[in-house]
Amino acid sequence: MNCQLATDSVLYANGLYRVVYNLAGSFLPCWLAYVIAGLVIIFILVNAVLLGAAVITWGERRVLGRFQNRVGPNRWGPFGLFQPIADLLKLLTKEDLRPQGADRIVFALVPILMVAPLILLTAVIPFAKDTVLASLNVGVLYILAVSSVSSVAIFMAGWSSNNRYAMFGAARAVAVLISYEVPVVLSLLGVVMVAASMSLGSIVEAQALPFILVMPMAFLVFLAGMSAELNRSPFDVAEAESEIIAGYHTEYSGVKFALIQAAEFGGVGVVSAIAAVLFLGGWSGPWSEYLGWLWFLLKTGIVVFLFIWFRATYPRLRIDQIMAFSWKFLLPLSMISLAAVTLEVYFLRGDDGFLTTADLAIMAAINAVVTVVSVIVFGNLIRDKVTLRTRQPRQVAVPGVPTIEVS
Amino acid sequence: MLGAQDIVFWVLAVVSIVAALGVVVVKDLFRSALLLAVVFIAVAGFFVLLSAEFLAVVQVLIYVGAISVLFIFAIMLTRNVREGNLPNRLQIPAISVSALLLVGMIVAAVNTDWRPIPEAATDLVESAQTQAVSGVAEAGNDGGSTGIAELLIGEFVLPFEAVSLLLLAALIGGLALARSRGT
Repeated sequence: MNCQLATDSVLYANGLYRVVYNLAGSFLPCWLAYVIAGLVIIFILVNAVLLGAAVITWGERRVLGRFQNRVGPNRWGPFGLFQPIADLLKLLTKEDLRPQGADRIVFALVPILMVAPLILLTAVIPFAKDTVLASLNVGVLYILAVSSVSSVAIFMAGWSSNNRYAMFGAARAVAVLISYEVPVVLSLLGVVMVAASMSLGSIVEAQALPFILVMPMAFLVFLAGMSAELNRSPFDVAEAESEIIAGYHTEYSGVKFALIQAAEFGGVGVVSAIAAVLFLGGWSGPWSEYLGWLWFLLKTGIVVFLFIWFRATYPRLRIDQIMAFSWKFLLPLSMISLAAVTLEVYFLRGDDGFLTTADLAIMAAINAVVTVVSVIVFGNLIRDKVTLRTRQPRQVAVPGVPTIEVS
Repeated sequence: MLGAQDIVFWVLAVVSIVAALGVVVVKDLFRSALLLAVVFIAVAGFFVLLSAEFLAVVQVLIYVGAISVLFIFAIMLTRNVREGNLPNRLQIPAISVSALLLVGMIVAAVNTDWRPIPEAATDLVESAQTQAVSGVAEAGNDGGSTGIAELLIGEFVLPFEAVSLLLLAALIGGLALARSRGT
């Protein structure tokens, strides 16, 4: 049975898939080769997400340790690199608790529903040239749609746990998710407009100049919005330990807790990969034919580091500050960015509807000015809303002055 | 013989019908809301089968990501929701109205001429469809987004804007209702 993948197939673009398919197809029936090749790629992607999550937990603890002038996990393995394995073994051996009165099915479904969207997201991320599982032509929208499913999963966790704190956490998390969806979508719209495509591969190819330079404001809005959607500090009211224990995953333990944690840290990795593809030029760089995957990993690592940096730097915001930050700061900024990009694309694009590198450079120059001006202006406008406004302290008793009796 | 697409179609059909039945039969309101999300996802699957990826993605984005969440929020704010979906005296009227609706929809579906393509252009459409199925990744095919965009901003721009205005009015109305107490 000599099966060769048809050159016009959707999966032909994936080099690894092609190799596995042709190899398996040389001694197996074609449909089996189709299934096996698919399973091989899926196996790689699932493990990439989970392994990435493990590395990020380790990296986050080490880097946070440096930021806080302490050591971090350094006992097991070189630089403590095996710490995630130890953590995982500990969680696997813990009892899998279920609270009394919990909705059993929904409770058990939550960890799966949290990890699944992440793995689905990796399907459209181009790791290097021609190394993408599904080169969807609606890639950007696909990312937004799949990641929006996680809000339902968070609600399920909060509701099924039969725990007030879990419910509060879920309500807060979903409120944050809904609010930050808007500026994130608007900032991605600019990317789609300049690249003239929603496919992630085409967006990478369109970045003769990385989009972080072409539209810095969209990148900043995307980064802030995403760190809120991932419930990371400074936007982590949904799992604020000092207020509501651990938010929506308060009641989870053992392997379910491990999966939820994997989803959280894997989410950081996947979102960083998406940011690297959309704004930092993905796999493009010197010798990108051979070293594309290295550039991609490097850029992803830089964005992961940025997220950890944010976490180490900023104190937690209150929920009203978070809402004000989204609706009164990020939303106007993303609107301004979108309007600027729209006008620039309209006036600069050639007759074929595409932008040259020189056009992108002009856009970068204009948008740098627009970004600085609007961040300063809106930063001043919002300062009152976000800074802590302490009320005038109520005088209880002042020495030498008789207290006023309030009847 | 059953092709891969037929198998997927039947799986999606069974899932969507069972889930849709579950939405009305299950006592727990929260679970019915979740089943409704399953129905929405299955419908998105149908759109993918029809090579309308754009619609499928938007379906998931709007219906699962926004409307289901809205339902769940509403359920959360409902009193005595733990007691479930209590029966009331409107069972018989409800059954008759929904039966009438079902009959009406079946009659409409059977009597509609589902061939909007003229006989002469069948070959052209078929070749376009095979191209669309085999070359999804090509730049020319965009999952239907260009066509929808042209229709929305071109021919149907007035209804489109009217709907936007309606939504804005609803938004302001909701705000006004929510703020009327107190401030």
